[in-house]
Amino acid sequence: MGRAIRSEPGISGAKQCYQNTDTPQIDAKDLQTKELNDQLRELMLSGKKRVNIINVCGQRYIGTRLYTPEHREMEIEIFGTPGNDLAAFLFGHKITVHGNAQDGVGNTMDAGEVIVEGRAGDVLGFSMRGGEIYIRDGCGYRTALHMKEYEGKRPVLVVGGISQDFLGEYMAGGIVIILDLKDETHKANFMGTGMHGGVIYLRGTVDRSQVGDQVAISPIDEADREVLGGYISKYLERFPDIDKKKDEILNSQFVKLEPRSKRPYGNLYAY
Amino acid sequence: MRSFVFPEFQIIRDEEKCGQCRACERHCSFGVHTYDPVADRLVSDESKCAGCQRCAVFCPKNAIVVRPSPSYYRPNASWSREKLEDLKRQAETGGVILTGCGNDKPFRIYWDHIVLNASQVTNPSIDPLREPMELRTFLGRKPDMMEISADAGDVEIKTELYPNLMVETPILFSAMSYGAISYNAFRSLATAACRSKTYFNTGEGGLPREMRERFGRCAIVQVASGRFGIDAEYLNCAAAVEIKVGQGAKPGIGGHLPGEKVSQAVAETRMIPAGTDAISPAPHHDIYSIEDLAMLITALKEATNYEKPISVKIAAVHNFAAIASGIVRAGADIIAIDGLRGGTGAAPKVIRDNVGIPTELAISSLDRRLRDEGIRNRCSIISAGGIRCSADVIKAIALGADAVYIGSAALIAMGCTLCQKCYTGKCNWGICTQDPRLSGRLNVDIASTRLSNLISAWSHEIREMLGGMGINALESLRGNRDHLRGIGLYEWELDVLGIKGAGE
Repeated sequence: MGRAIRSEPGISGAKQCYQNTDTPQIDAKDLQTKELNDQLRELMLSGKKRVNIINVCGQRYIGTRLYTPEHREMEIEIFGTPGNDLAAFLFGHKITVHGNAQDGVGNTMDAGEVIVEGRAGDVLGFSMRGGEIYIRDGCGYRTALHMKEYEGKRPVLVVGGISQDFLGEYMAGGIVIILDLKDETHKANFMGTGMHGGVIYLRGTVDRSQVGDQVAISPIDEADREVLGGYISKYLERFPDIDKKKDEILNSQFVKLEPRSKRPYGNLYAY
Repeated sequence: MRSFVFPEFQIIRDEEKCGQCRACERHCSFGVHTYDPVADRLVSDESKCAGCQRCAVFCPKNAIVVRPSPSYYRPNASWSREKLEDLKRQAETGGVILTGCGNDKPFRIYWDHIVLNASQVTNPSIDPLREPMELRTFLGRKPDMMEISADAGDVEIKTELYPNLMVETPILFSAMSYGAISYNAFRSLATAACRSKTYFNTGEGGLPREMRERFGRCAIVQVASGRFGIDAEYLNCAAAVEIKVGQGAKPGIGGHLPGEKVSQAVAETRMIPAGTDAISPAPHHDIYSIEDLAMLITALKEATNYEKPISVKIAAVHNFAAIASGIVRAGADIIAIDGLRGGTGAAPKVIRDNVGIPTELAISSLDRRLRDEGIRNRCSIISAGGIRCSADVIKAIALGADAVYIGSAALIAMGCTLCQKCYTGKCNWGICTQDPRLSGRLNVDIASTRLSNLISAWSHEIREMLGGMGINALESLRGNRDHLRGIGLYEWELDVLGIKGAGE
């Protein structure tokens, strides 16, 4: 297989952000987390719809303090490496990271979109209830833990690489797609332990021993293919430099992990 | 399989008094009472009885007595009836024994071994009816030092203060989620909290949207391992946010609300599909260390624009004081410490009855530890788990708590009889159920009045006790162990509590 995924960009936002006079810019160099988020909130409250943040290096909780009762929304582009809990409790903004992300991306996220042009750390999409996250490369441990869904809200997480152990533990809803575009094969163990809702699609195969007892492994059907097709297109749209076609990916083998029961603890108790 | 367990309760119906009105039949959700039209009398199936006394209270003729069954196995100090019967149930089902409410085992209740002081001669006592008594309490971080400017009589605080909760009396309602308890019970707590100028705690079941505007200002919203019903709106509508790490009734384990209790309305509030198990994992899977906790605390401060105090609730366990010190350093503004006798809507009995330490010992060691480390001002302590009366409250405060959470006591005020069948969802008192027929029995106006009455009665008693000690502000009693003496306690217990023996 050709090299589908580019080498990672530099840490401190080496990629220059394009100069657009309408888009305000925050230079995060020497800014503490709180100072950066103060500025970001101020820009949102002043009515700005877009903002670029350059030289981001480890500042946490970007996007977290952007709740307003009137549900204002912004598009934020981050150049560099944001710190932990990027987009935690996010309530409907779009965040693009030109670089890698660290742990806790999209923690308890409710709505909005996060795009990471690189890889994400551990606890990605933890308890996420809505919105979409696209990670170009792989991600760490404990991905999509206790992801949920509710009525119109169905969170989606698409990962271009592979995930480490404990993927989808306690998962209660949502869609997780792990594309393994570099054909690294899925090495994660304890996938879907305690899973009682939602679905995980893995490109390639997985051994029964890697998956929790509560999980059923099955091949995908036409309906699944449609869902996958839609999100693979979206993934490729967001990362146009990935040298693959939708059908090429979609025609590979996929397996689906789903819970056997919505009531995994139904028979645990005496009367 | 035939059950070898005989009924726990005996039901005696006075046939002379009974008017066959069938009230008992209507009131019992467990299906104990049925009317036999042929014999024109009511018959009881004692094996189903939970001992909740609903039928006895609502029998218009006072014709029913429900009492523990006099049947007994051969007395055996090692094998109590409860041990035998739990074992039989497990042999019959292979399941975990579930229970509700708090630990009912005869562990020492330290409240009952501590006595309060009173003024005699040298320090006059104060009459609370005549003189102002200050129970108002601020919960949250206090500054290390306070700079003030006094300009021609105008005193102004220069130091920027941290967000605090102001309560008019040091009694808050403990976390009880909508889902575990009924909507009416939940709303009664909210109504009473707002009326009595204190706070209720949503537990981890979310806060129904229609309640946010009116009751958000007196709500402490919880973020627990299941993260149910949490979005930025929920966090921002509240007065404070509490991260639930542990619960006194079930330290170290998670919980799950069974699918049967996840009705449409509960599902909407928790933001999960109706009918699915709502599973709270044992740990927060994004918190494996104090550093991780610090991250969640800060994330919540960010999410609420640094406008609300963040509380962390833990169960009192061994070495918890060192852990709590870490929690304070992680940025918590309030620590709620839940002791061995804390209640629950459902917990494995083996956990409820065997894990944790009493809150009395916990508060005292926590208060001392934080003082020793010079960080006591950085957080407030709320003591929970087994507060039964105003004397328990005042003793908790003298041992170092800033305020207390009451859970079981609040439920009892609404009608609960501690029958421990909360987990069945069939609460005849309309408290711990999602059955609209049962929850409709709890009238929000009446139940909230009962709760407010309880708060005002206890507050008045606290003023009386304070006045008796010659103290006119609760603040002066906080951590003031000189006003306590122990009776019938070992040396080590007195040491942990930090109090002297009576007569010393």
